[in-house]
Amino acid sequence: MIEQTSGDLHAALTAVGVGAQRIAALWWPSLWICTLVFCAVIAGLVLALTRRGRAQDGSTAAADDGDRRARLPIAAAVAVSVGLLVVLMALSVGADRALAKIDAAGAVEIEVIGHQWWWELRYRDPDPSRSFVTANELHLPAGRPVLLKLSAADVIHSFWLPTLAGKRDLIPGSPATLVLRVDTPGRHRGQCAEFCGLQHAHMGLLAIVETPAAWAAWAERQRRPAAPPGDARAARGLALVEQGSCAMCHNIEGTRANGVHGPDLSHLASRERLAAGTLANEAANLAAWITNPHRYKPGVTMPALTYPAADLDAIVAYLSELE
Amino acid sequence: MKALASTPVRRNSVPPTPEDRALLDATWRDPPGFRGWCMAVNHKSIGRRFIITAFVFFAAGGLLAALMRWQLAVPDNHVLGPDTYNQIFTLHGSTMMFLFAVPVMQAVAVYLLPLTLGARAIAFPRMNAYAYWVYLFGGLLLFAGFVFDAGPDAGWFAYVPLSGPEYSPGKRVDYWAQLITFTELSALLEAIIIVTTVMKLRAPGMTLTRMPLYAWAMLVTACMVIFAMPAVMFASTALLLDRLVGTEFFNPGEDGEPLLWQHLFWFFGHPEVYLIFIPGLGFMSAIIATFARRPIVGYVPMVLSLVATGFLAFGLWVHHMFATTLPDAGKDIFTISSMLIAIPSAVQIFCWIATLWLGRLEFRTPLLFVLAFFVILVLGGLTGLQLASVPLDLQLHDTYFVVAHLHYVLIGGAVFPLFGACYYWFPKFTGRLLDERAGRWHFWLWFVGFNLSFFPMHLLGLDGMPRRVYTYPAEMGWGTLNLLATAGAVLLAAGVLVFGGNVLRSLRHGERAGPDPWRGGTLEWATESPPSPANFDALWVVHSAYPLWDPQPMARVSGLATSHREVLVTTPGVARPDTRVIFPDPSPWPLAAALATAVLFVGSIYTPWAVVWAMIPVAATLTAWFWPSARETAEHLDVERAP
Repeated sequence: MIEQTSGDLHAALTAVGVGAQRIAALWWPSLWICTLVFCAVIAGLVLALTRRGRAQDGSTAAADDGDRRARLPIAAAVAVSVGLLVVLMALSVGADRALAKIDAAGAVEIEVIGHQWWWELRYRDPDPSRSFVTANELHLPAGRPVLLKLSAADVIHSFWLPTLAGKRDLIPGSPATLVLRVDTPGRHRGQCAEFCGLQHAHMGLLAIVETPAAWAAWAERQRRPAAPPGDARAARGLALVEQGSCAMCHNIEGTRANGVHGPDLSHLASRERLAAGTLANEAANLAAWITNPHRYKPGVTMPALTYPAADLDAIVAYLSELE
Repeated sequence: MKALASTPVRRNSVPPTPEDRALLDATWRDPPGFRGWCMAVNHKSIGRRFIITAFVFFAAGGLLAALMRWQLAVPDNHVLGPDTYNQIFTLHGSTMMFLFAVPVMQAVAVYLLPLTLGARAIAFPRMNAYAYWVYLFGGLLLFAGFVFDAGPDAGWFAYVPLSGPEYSPGKRVDYWAQLITFTELSALLEAIIIVTTVMKLRAPGMTLTRMPLYAWAMLVTACMVIFAMPAVMFASTALLLDRLVGTEFFNPGEDGEPLLWQHLFWFFGHPEVYLIFIPGLGFMSAIIATFARRPIVGYVPMVLSLVATGFLAFGLWVHHMFATTLPDAGKDIFTISSMLIAIPSAVQIFCWIATLWLGRLEFRTPLLFVLAFFVILVLGGLTGLQLASVPLDLQLHDTYFVVAHLHYVLIGGAVFPLFGACYYWFPKFTGRLLDERAGRWHFWLWFVGFNLSFFPMHLLGLDGMPRRVYTYPAEMGWGTLNLLATAGAVLLAAGVLVFGGNVLRSLRHGERAGPDPWRGGTLEWATESPPSPANFDALWVVHSAYPLWDPQPMARVSGLATSHREVLVTTPGVARPDTRVIFPDPSPWPLAAALATAVLFVGSIYTPWAVVWAMIPVAATLTAWFWPSARETAEHLDVERAP
């Protein structure tokens, strides 16, 4: 069977983020210790089963001095087990302390809000006018710490990018934080790790780590209001978005579409995927998604919308311009 | 009162006469016919029903698992939609945990404990029947919900707020919450029955230090049930109240606390794992001793390990919550307590290996299943150590790694020993041996199928595949390993079919077993197979942990009534004869009371008033159950007075 694998990293042991690296550094010794113990137990068992030189008459030994003879080997095996356990405990606590010490000084601050079934990402800036909102695609500057403030709008979700850091639950009513630091540019995929209802399977998250300069440029583009429609067709698309059902849920900065329930669409065309990682962001997929989102994500909150072909074209044309 | 024609009191002699035997059979047998079937209180009738019901639920849960594996075999599959899949995985977990794993262990104990302790009956026989019916009705409720598209879909752990009124409208989660109430009520009653049986109904001379390790395991399990189950019963009731009458226990918007649910659930949920596999440890000790033909090495460390596991199991529930917002420093304490529980497990494993080393081995099917424990449970225990570590758990939590881990622990620790126990005690239950060749097929299908199915899941988890997803995209590259897992599931299903076929065939055509086909050392082998209604013609007096292997013959008890259900009660510590008690006769009222209870529980899914009006039939049936009859009272006095 041939696997199609994208270039987005998602294996916990392909650790790129500092948090994931510190965890992977604990994984290997723990795996070796556990493998050693497993092999020792199985070896002991095999030796016990294949030992020669015992009576084979099937008679019963109700009383012999076996208990006394076995006492020392059992005590020794227990002592070794306890010793290895203490090593495991120490390694674990040490790694946990190391995780807590990832420095957040000068961090980029991002609010991550879990929704059924997408991620709202609010980039914070001390200057409120420089804050901006996006969804489902996290851009991070390489080498600079990122402070994620995690919360949930509805049910419990869990934020997990395996190659960057361990997971953290988003629990309604109890906000959490997570510090990420990734030193090399790259692409990472994660998804919600806590069962959150019908479309838990389609709550993907893409993280793109860029050089600080590229990241700053990206952030600058995200801060701008949405691009005005480039031609008459797109203008018609905008009008349909503003006057139709789209604006009930979605926000497009600089237009009269100011809904708050769905993902922000101000720069939709700059994102690679649609519907939290479910579809590639292409015009055909966008049109198909608007017409029948339940085909791809049954149960999703977005309703199926019926438009005449020309109107749908216009809406897709407009949305595709929102770089 | 004599006018009511009471039965004359007769007492048994030693050695027992054929007349004693006939009288005992008549006294202890459940009445015939359908009416008698509804009135049955004999622990073997109830135990048999209980075991069969639990295995039917096991098969149903397995079928659900097969459907999930079918859906996940290839990426972007559409065999099941998300709604069906979520119901199925919720039902699979709930069935296996609440309707199979805990009940089947209690069911086997209901049949086996009185035999292995040398008793005539199980304590509180009518309550035992009631507990079975309550369990049955709870299970039927859950599956009825599923059939009528009201199958719960919030996971077997039902985390709030997802399971709360806002995000799970309709009655699905209410069915789940009431299933918990049903099965936990049953489990609690059984726990009380088991503790009482072990503490008070042991054969004379069977001191605590001579009690079979299996009985110790069940004693520890039952005590754990008593402490663990109330937490989840409270949680499920609070959830039902949130959903039905608008309390706000778990609603964060009204100062409720979603994490409270997790604490309550896992305060039960983690001990649950141990109370599923500690009975398995009991099976291990019974089977290894018999097939190594020697006592288990280290009786005292074995018992202390069981007890220590029982205590430690209550101190590590937070390791299910490492990714939540609890304070970080506290989590490390739970890392340490979670790892500590490996020590009693290690002690037991080393003692068994020493027993196998010193023993004279007979490689029969029960021993094979028990040997698989060493491979599978040990591997699952070691991944458990990794999951106990906060940093590693932050990566592994809620991924397929955990799915692999928990199946290694529960199937390796409980189901393999349980199958071993089936092969081992089947001749005692039925009088016939299961077929060895089919047993070996079953074993190898399961051993290979299990590892093929679940080992790849470790790798899937490390590769970032979360649990509880109904599908996954092809570009993640999880297809091959998932397909392997599904292939393993096919082998597991084939193994279950071989087992089922073997059971059905052996019931009629199996080799006749006789009282003691394996030359076991404990008391259940000191009576015929299947045992007579009274278990033993005359009670045995015990002088060691393996009385049948004692060089000197066992003494027997004379003078117990054969004409009445008289039971010898012994003291808890040294099992000195203490008093004689008359056990209740068969009665239809436990069934009626269970039906009334079911009406109350099911009714309260729909209206809180059901708790009020359904109390009336519950009270009525319980009153009838306990209503003293003048004839019975007179007879009991007769038995007390008669020489």
